[in-house]
Amino acid sequence: MITYILRRFLYAIPIAFGVSVVCFSLVYLAPGDPLQTILPSDASADTIAMVKAAYGFDQPLPIQFLKWLGRVLTGNFGESIATRRPVILEVTGALRNTGTLALFAVPISFTAGYAMGALAGCFPGRIIDRVVTGTAVIGVSLPNYWFGIVLVIIFAVQEMMLPATGMGANGSTAFSLFSLADLRFLVLPVVTLSMIPIGIIARSTRAAVAEVLNQDFVTTLRAKGLGEIAVIRHVLKNSLPQVLAVMGLQFGYLMGGSILVETVFTWPGSGFLLSKAIINRDVPVLQGTILFLALIFVATNLLVDLLQSMIDPRIRRS
Amino acid sequence: MAQTSVLTAAPPPAEYEEQAAPALRVRGYWASVGYRLGHDPMTVVFGIVVLAIVFSAVFAPVLAPYDPYRESIIGRLKPFGWRGHMLGTDELGRDLLSRLLYGGRISLLMGVVPVLIATVIGGSLGVIGGFAGKRVNTIIMRTMDVFYAFPSVLLAVAISGAMGGGIGNGMLALSLVFIPAMCRIAETATAQVKNLDFVEAARATGAGTFTILRFHILGNVLGPVFIYASSLVSVGILLASGLSFLGLGVRPPVADWGLMLSTLRQSIYVNPVICALPGAAIFVTSICFNLVSDGIRSAMDVRL
Repeated sequence: MITYILRRFLYAIPIAFGVSVVCFSLVYLAPGDPLQTILPSDASADTIAMVKAAYGFDQPLPIQFLKWLGRVLTGNFGESIATRRPVILEVTGALRNTGTLALFAVPISFTAGYAMGALAGCFPGRIIDRVVTGTAVIGVSLPNYWFGIVLVIIFAVQEMMLPATGMGANGSTAFSLFSLADLRFLVLPVVTLSMIPIGIIARSTRAAVAEVLNQDFVTTLRAKGLGEIAVIRHVLKNSLPQVLAVMGLQFGYLMGGSILVETVFTWPGSGFLLSKAIINRDVPVLQGTILFLALIFVATNLLVDLLQSMIDPRIRRS
Repeated sequence: MAQTSVLTAAPPPAEYEEQAAPALRVRGYWASVGYRLGHDPMTVVFGIVVLAIVFSAVFAPVLAPYDPYRESIIGRLKPFGWRGHMLGTDELGRDLLSRLLYGGRISLLMGVVPVLIATVIGGSLGVIGGFAGKRVNTIIMRTMDVFYAFPSVLLAVAISGAMGGGIGNGMLALSLVFIPAMCRIAETATAQVKNLDFVEAARATGAGTFTILRFHILGNVLGPVFIYASSLVSVGILLASGLSFLGLGVRPPVADWGLMLSTLRQSIYVNPVICALPGAAIFVTSICFNLVSDGIRSAMDVRL
């Protein structure tokens, strides 16, 4: 087990390195000079050279990358072009807000999706299976940004039951989990955010459970006279590693991919920060946010692999 | 619990008897796939809807009742059927039905083209990696792992955002998002087939690497790759419209479902039904592509 954990950690290092290379090169994907946004259009050649030297753009790319990496490793992501605040503060603040959404969306979507998928998988071909499969297809095909707008139209515009956007009255961002008035702002974004993970998790859980149910050991369990509930317990445990992998991906999606939903609800989280950074062409923030989110994703995958190997020892040996 | 008990012998299923009957009924692989598809009413119906959507997008200039760019100051955000505008008008008084028809062209294009590009590039990389093995495989697959380490929406937004938006950049970004997954599917399928006896037999009879790749490997890899590609189309349409929704797709006057949804969003207090229509178009298209892909998958009996 220890060797497996170590090996898995060592494997994550080159991935994290590759991720940082991709994030670093994002600056150079931008058309024209990365300094275009800072420099006035009539800057003289001297000024350009001076600013270039100040930002280190006059050095060869690998040197620039190593310097950037060194700064990033010490927690210095530079400062936002738009707000002049350190990127690290912007990103951690936004991540906390996204975390608030995930705190509710993760348990809701994971339990709902898993329960639906497990039920459908245990009764393949029955009514419950068809209902779940149908719901899951809807969840998977749903443009969640549109679904969010529809919810706003129904519950905020027509019924005026829930607030449409933001995370507090009058644009306040001092969110408290213990204030009922603040929690109302969570309802629509959390429901919207949960739809896709519910669909995807239900779908893959159903497939995994149905597949395990067809394996020979299930026949053996039944043949030796095990009760149906005990059989199902074995089946669920054996399908868990596959389901966990999907849940890990969905967790990453909820932390980072919620950019569209956060834009719809103007929820000041990491996705909203990203879309603001794109509009303002704020490259340091873009780079920092994406690096942070991708590293969270890498860490989640690592954790999922370790959990899988704890449930199923066969994974460790391969 | 009504699970079929193992001990009670179930009567053989009907298909079983059909197969056991004299060899008159034997079909080729593709004929049986076609047969199963034809007897799956859901897939047929949704397939027709998909064809209708593609048809109406291709022939939008012929079908559209109005010019999708003609604005009208007095006719803004009018309801269904207002002065011959079947689906009403948008925030600048343009005919919504015409704009939806024209919008489908860009949404479908941006959803389908990246899947095609990813199928060709990712599929080839996967076959090369799976067939060559060793060093080549490691280099290709580890590179793919790096791109796999980004949530897909995030990677698409990051790349197209850094490159400054636009249709071309959006399609490039989506292709990059799809290539790693495609590559993995092709690599797995190739590695599974590569060591089977019939490949060995082909090599023993003097077939060159190219012939083996062309006839023996590709024939077994194309199935899973095609199925996976068909399931990506729906994702592609969702992501492409999402990019346009964020303003990373086409520029404003051009009709596109994602962009229409984003601009009409300001008017939900005036005419909510009209504002929800472009999103409904995205939803219907994506769900139909998804169901057709599911139908083809079970007809081809491929497991990914």
